[in-house]
Amino acid sequence: MGEDADRGGVSSVGVAACIQRPGSYSFLFCGPWRLVQPCRQSTGPRATMPGKLKARIVAGRHLPVMDRASDLTDAFVEVKFGNTTFKTDVYHKSLNPQWNSEWFKFEVDDEDLQDEPLQITVLDHDTYSANDAIGKVYIDIDPLLSNEAAASLSGWFPIYDTIHGIRGEINVMVKVDLFNDLNRFRQSSCGVKFFCTTSIPKCYKAVTIHGFVEELVVNEDPEYQWIDRIRTPRASNEARQRLISLMSGELQRKIGLKVLEMGGNAVVGYLQCFDLEGESGLVVRAIGTACTLDKLSNAATSFLPPCSSPSKDLKEVPFSEDPNPVTHSSGPSTPLKNQTYSFSPSKSYSRQSSSSDTDLSLTPKTGMGSGSGGKDGGPLKALYRQQTQSAFEHREFPFFTLTTFPPGFLVHVGGVVSARSVKLLDRIHNPDEPETRDAWWAEIRQEIKSHGKALGCHAVVGYSESTSICEEVCILSASGTAAVLNPKMLQDCSMEGCSEHRLSRQPSFFSTGLDDASSLGCSFCHIPYDELNMPFPAHLTYCYVCRKQKVPDVLFTTIEPPLEAAITGKGCLIQARLCRQKKKTQGEANATAISNLLPFMEYELHTQLMNKLKLRGMNALFGLRIQIAVGENMLMGLASATGLYVTALPAPGGIQVAGKTPSDSSYDQHIANIQKKINDLIVKNREIYEINPPEILDELLGSPIPETRQRSRLFRSHSESSDDVPELDLSHGKKDAFVLEIDDTDAVEDIQSLLTDASTPSGFYSCNTEVMPGINNWTSDLQMFTSVRVFRLNNVTSLTSQGLNKTFSDVCENLLKTLYFKLRSMVPCCLCHVNFNVALPEDELIQVAVTAVALTFDKDQTPYIKVGTDKTLSRASAENEEQLQFTLELCMESQATQSTALFSPAKAADISESGHLQAVSPAIQTDRCSSWIEFIKQKAQTIRRGSIKTIASLDKASPLAEAHARHRSPISCATSTVTVVEMTPLSFIPGAKIIKYLGIINMFFIRETTSLREEGGVSGFLHAFIAEVFAMVRAHVAALGGNAVVSYIMKQCVFMENPNKNQAQCLINVSGDAVNFVKESDVEYASTQAQGSGLQAGNGSGDIVA
Amino acid sequence: MAVELDVFVGNTTLIDEDVYQLWLDGYSAGDAVAIRIKRGILEQTGASPDVLESDTMDHYRTFQMLERLLHSPPKLINQLLFQTPPSMQSMLIEKYYTFDEPFVREVLGKKLSKGTKKDLDDVSAKTGITLKSCRRQFDNFKRVFKVVEEMKGPLVENIQQNFLLSDQLAGDYAAVVFFANNRFETGKRKLQYLTFEDFALCAEQLIQNWTLGAVDSNVDDMDVDLDREFLQDLKDLKVLITDKDLLDQHKSLVCTALRGKVSIFNEMETNFKNLSRALINIAAKLIHTKDVRDLFIDLVEKYIEPCKSDHWTSSDVGAFLTQYTNAARALDAFKHQALWERYMCTVKSCILKMYHD
Repeated sequence: MGEDADRGGVSSVGVAACIQRPGSYSFLFCGPWRLVQPCRQSTGPRATMPGKLKARIVAGRHLPVMDRASDLTDAFVEVKFGNTTFKTDVYHKSLNPQWNSEWFKFEVDDEDLQDEPLQITVLDHDTYSANDAIGKVYIDIDPLLSNEAAASLSGWFPIYDTIHGIRGEINVMVKVDLFNDLNRFRQSSCGVKFFCTTSIPKCYKAVTIHGFVEELVVNEDPEYQWIDRIRTPRASNEARQRLISLMSGELQRKIGLKVLEMGGNAVVGYLQCFDLEGESGLVVRAIGTACTLDKLSNAATSFLPPCSSPSKDLKEVPFSEDPNPVTHSSGPSTPLKNQTYSFSPSKSYSRQSSSSDTDLSLTPKTGMGSGSGGKDGGPLKALYRQQTQSAFEHREFPFFTLTTFPPGFLVHVGGVVSARSVKLLDRIHNPDEPETRDAWWAEIRQEIKSHGKALGCHAVVGYSESTSICEEVCILSASGTAAVLNPKMLQDCSMEGCSEHRLSRQPSFFSTGLDDASSLGCSFCHIPYDELNMPFPAHLTYCYVCRKQKVPDVLFTTIEPPLEAAITGKGCLIQARLCRQKKKTQGEANATAISNLLPFMEYELHTQLMNKLKLRGMNALFGLRIQIAVGENMLMGLASATGLYVTALPAPGGIQVAGKTPSDSSYDQHIANIQKKINDLIVKNREIYEINPPEILDELLGSPIPETRQRSRLFRSHSESSDDVPELDLSHGKKDAFVLEIDDTDAVEDIQSLLTDASTPSGFYSCNTEVMPGINNWTSDLQMFTSVRVFRLNNVTSLTSQGLNKTFSDVCENLLKTLYFKLRSMVPCCLCHVNFNVALPEDELIQVAVTAVALTFDKDQTPYIKVGTDKTLSRASAENEEQLQFTLELCMESQATQSTALFSPAKAADISESGHLQAVSPAIQTDRCSSWIEFIKQKAQTIRRGSIKTIASLDKASPLAEAHARHRSPISCATSTVTVVEMTPLSFIPGAKIIKYLGIINMFFIRETTSLREEGGVSGFLHAFIAEVFAMVRAHVAALGGNAVVSYIMKQCVFMENPNKNQAQCLINVSGDAVNFVKESDVEYASTQAQGSGLQAGNGSGDIVA
Repeated sequence: MAVELDVFVGNTTLIDEDVYQLWLDGYSAGDAVAIRIKRGILEQTGASPDVLESDTMDHYRTFQMLERLLHSPPKLINQLLFQTPPSMQSMLIEKYYTFDEPFVREVLGKKLSKGTKKDLDDVSAKTGITLKSCRRQFDNFKRVFKVVEEMKGPLVENIQQNFLLSDQLAGDYAAVVFFANNRFETGKRKLQYLTFEDFALCAEQLIQNWTLGAVDSNVDDMDVDLDREFLQDLKDLKVLITDKDLLDQHKSLVCTALRGKVSIFNEMETNFKNLSRALINIAAKLIHTKDVRDLFIDLVEKYIEPCKSDHWTSSDVGAFLTQYTNAARALDAFKHQALWERYMCTVKSCILKMYHD
């Protein structure tokens, strides 16, 4: 990377032109899965028209009054696709028009189908003046193109206007009739399925995971075109919405082509983002993981995932042949982050690498180290690499956007790799300028790849990219987790979507079939790099589970905790927050200033994370996401992750406070006080998070593990590698404390802030991963929410950076506190997938947006199990070895007995039954009220005048009953036409089984107002807008025949205000996968047996890891 | 540092019933926060006041957005903006339309006009109910009135269908609409002791017996107007007091039946003619709209008060009215039996409800 801010021409004219000439992409397909390269330049033969798009406008309701005189509306509808427009008749004088139009038919080619949205405009007819637009509906046709997903689309859509918001609803039916036979059609890029979900979607199995796909398209932003000066805000907003819709369609189609080229049929972990570069243009870019997915033929079997016969399934997996001896010898590792900047920080490192890339690596001990660019490990490592290389060499970037993997896929995890680059956006339109966005990203990806290599890893998983833009400066970031993958799985992995197991994490149970360390859930922790040639200083110890392999003392990753991972206790959300002031400058000086600050910010964030992790007595971070936001005079960093205690890693040492060397007694006293507070807090946290790792005797660690204690079957493969062990000095690898030096006031404040971080209130857990390990008994109540806050900092310049940090930290803490307060009725519950987004929209404004889902769980189940199996499971007293034995017994026996319950079948049945009963009884009650009116009547019978309040409090006393009533709503509320649609950022729905994926939802909305005060100020405006966005997502999902959105994400929420002009504007981009799910309780009883066994095993293992 | 913007939006709309009640009661967000603090929520939850404020504001915004939909409950059921479980929707509607006893007693029977609305600040001052809440309640009355006023069919059912209220509440609204339509006087000092419930029952009786819908349910007339023909005919009952023989016969029949059965027999005997005159004069006058309005005040002044001063118990009143009604059947010269029943049954029920011991 350059030493200075790279310049780049922005909207590459070539790409922009493509949008205007969509016909220039043409391709032919012949034979299954073979593809003739799309001819990018030539205008080759066009694909034949694949079909007819048909749309019918049925009716409208709740329309706004457009004619003040009559208090009514004369509405009609324009239906537009491509350049063809149809109109319905005018339905006079009604707010609930019944058009019942004919089927409007559009003859289209597949490219248009993919790129263009169906545009429906509702207008008010006016004889004398121009017709007034009421609002629009854009419908993405893409979900209808896959032969597996929805065949038609029909339902009520909110009519949306960018100035007025939702204005009534319209009932639309859409169908696509295909001329070509399905087989041929399926080969076009149209048939490629897209999933936001970052794991193999349930009801599919991955035949092959091909790898990374990326694409970006650039255009001018209509908001900044000259024409914008003369058109209305509405026209401008609509132009923008339409353009982005077109660009996403185009992008998706292009990615689809790449997938076909690779031989795949789906993109998993699809992440599409917009960069609003202002004057310089608009970039839409996307990354994803190309896969070949097979639909699981039998829905029933997919419901009984491999747990019914885990050993069998897993033994077939080539994983057991994995070259274990090799990896073992290459042993040791440390977690550690490996970061890069395009601008080298001026601070010197303990070891300077000679490579052009400067790697900044941080160790817990000293805080800094340095990785060497491309240093390969020892000979054995090379050998291993040889074996795996073939699987990867054809890949430019061996990246995977997945965060959850089929068992056996992920062999080892190296640590987090990340790279950032600061670029100057430039409006110079020079077609000859080679520097494009593509090149920028390629550069960063190259960087990431080399960091992965430095960690001895050939792949990067949990990979993501992001940007932060302020005026002309843009920070490009990429991060992921360096990992070693099982190469066989990449070519042919017959594994099924496994996320359903997430609900009942059963590490040991799950992997019994493997004659490998991974069966203990520790393999992924084993270092992939060469311990003698470590990329950074680290402390290695023997794995606390298998005692054979080296593990680092701390592990940071961007992925979900692997399913098979053995985890002790529960986890929690850990955040590091940081503000840095910078001078307001322009151009290159600005970029340089920013890039000089970045390394220090990363370093500080890392230190904070490490401190907070240790303070909670944990040793690993999952789902790490570091966001750097750039503003005019500030940089903000927010790192979020889920801290966990991974059983395989050593217990974290405490935090030791060290004062200045010349000190007086009162100062010493002060230090001692702080030290005590810290120690107390660690003890308290261990209790809260139930971290009771088995005590391992010191000599056990140092000396070879006695044979008798080993399960020979288990450790068989390890015996060969035991020679590699002795060199490592373990004495200091274990309990050393992390030293915090208080050498100035800053440090004191740092420690103070460390201590004042509020703990989550009792009954709550939080994490930014999909689920919290250690909680198994989720109930079906869920609440997805988005919360946005904007703060104004007064006199930023007068604040010290500590003050700023504190302010920012308070902002985040307060936000979390509000969430806990709001969701208090759901207790016990866990906030999952807590996703923070920070931005600096203006000079002194900080914007924080959070999207998460609150899941309830059943607290009572755990103690019950404990009673039933107290002797075997009393973990506190259980020695490690005992636990291992237990694990094995559990595994073997359940193998043997298959789906029968292990400990006491009757009890297990009891559990499931009692759980069942609880769920059913309120449901029955609501079932009885077959109609809405009846329901009301029933309720009213209990409400007598004056006694309403008592009823209300009764309701509150049984939140469960209400929760269940809520879920039965479609039944009890017969007169409502509204389908209940759940939304969740998770890839699954607790207590339910996803039976069908209906297509990707990717929506972009703009809302603007010129009467901000009248709409309730900025909060009123945004509140309504977010609610509208949710409503539109739900309506689209319902129209596709779905009842939930999974992997939902709000990718962008750009809010701008001008209170003086009484104006505000907001852009929101959301995406997710539309699915259809059925409640597990509704699934036939046939599956109960297996379910019971799953539940039982889940509980058992839950206790082991808990 | 100042919070510029602060919103929380759930996919399932979060509704706190306590905050909803505060909002319905017309408290400002600030007052609501203060009240919640006073109720000890901070101690219960360990939250800080700014958290509470943020929460309250979110709820208030949600309620404001919901209010538009609450004006037309069927819309609320079918709207897409707020995803709420049916039980929550019914709670929202029911509570929004629930009104306060002191308020309804002030407004019952008044014309639901702009003028009345202007006087709401007086009502507010008198009842201690916030003006905002008074306005909501008044607007609810007016909205329901406007929708069902011209509608055919049973009043309660109409209200229920258009506002999705519970039986009880729909019945109450029927009373409000009926009273407002017929402008019954309920505010006089002498009527102050009566509760809304008393009037609601009377309204129910009147609707069931005295309206057009009462006699012929399939006529396209409405429940809200009294049957003019019936009122016209009521003057025929005068014969019971103008015809001396009939009056005496009637008296002796009642006295025979009640002898030894009521404690106030003597007072009854002395007052029989006055009481009978009172009841029948009320009936005869009902042809005039003005006297219809005064129905309740007349019942109190002409019948209830005299009985009260003679210390009748309500069972005495019940016994008397039952015999008084029945005895007329035995009068051969009295030809208006059906009319008599229709009138007396209703009046009896009303009086019994209005006669507090």
